[in-house]
Amino acid sequence: MNRQPSNEISLEAIIAGDRAEFARLVDEYSSPIYRLGLRMLGNPQDAEDVLQNTFLNALTHIQNFEGRSSLATWLYRIAANEALMLLRKKKPEVNIEEMEGEEDAEDLHPARFVDWSALPEDELLSDEGKKALDDAIQQLPESLRLVFLLRDVEGLSIKETAEALNLTETNVKTRLLRARLALREQLSAYYSERLPARSEK
Amino acid sequence: MTEHTHTTCEELLDSLSAYIDGALAPELCRELEKHLAECNNCRVVLNTTKRTIDLVQTPLEKPDLPEDVRERLFKRLNLDDYLTRKSK
Repeated sequence: MNRQPSNEISLEAIIAGDRAEFARLVDEYSSPIYRLGLRMLGNPQDAEDVLQNTFLNALTHIQNFEGRSSLATWLYRIAANEALMLLRKKKPEVNIEEMEGEEDAEDLHPARFVDWSALPEDELLSDEGKKALDDAIQQLPESLRLVFLLRDVEGLSIKETAEALNLTETNVKTRLLRARLALREQLSAYYSERLPARSEK
Repeated sequence: MTEHTHTTCEELLDSLSAYIDGALAPELCRELEKHLAECNNCRVVLNTTKRTIDLVQTPLEKPDLPEDVRERLFKRLNLDDYLTRKSK
């Protein structure tokens, strides 16, 4: 897991002003935070803003870090907020908290039953396959995408994802399932055209 | 809720994430697997959902920070002195 530094980063040292230790923290978490920004905002420039603002913010507020969550979860929380703030600025119509009323499971229902799971990895991750996957992730509504990225891409637990996004664990689970099924459906649509002989419908 | 004597596709869907994450009670797993053995569509949904998650976790989907982005980040944070990476 890339979230566990090989030797533990010292919060005390960072608070005491140890720049080298802060640099270690930055190196440990800058890749996942940049990826999160990239996937949430969709372009490198905005992702870089999210990245820089996250660490500037962390540096300013690290004295107030209470240690109720891990340092990693705290950083993801700042990063998620930075991404959402920028997103709201760019797309004011996006509503991240909209999920509460959307619990009806109508659109959860799988409609495509093509089993593409046994296709070889080099086909699934060919340039074309990778693009299909990236596009599918990009099409997830922001509120689902954020949960999916933290949990399934970056490997946070349900609890950590809930802490980072200030959601209940139940809400994280609901969003995660919706995200996973939505992605599955998109990819199934894509691969059903490539596996016509085995398609059931 | 507790009567899982006959798992339906609907119930499978509800438990799908927990099952994939290994967070489902063994008893429920068995019920679910019984259903899976009989229901081709649910098997496909399970396999393709699992595969989807596998794919996003491959290194190709998790690129490292580009070097120029790292450089600008370190400069912005006044960490220029620490730009040279220590060996891993």
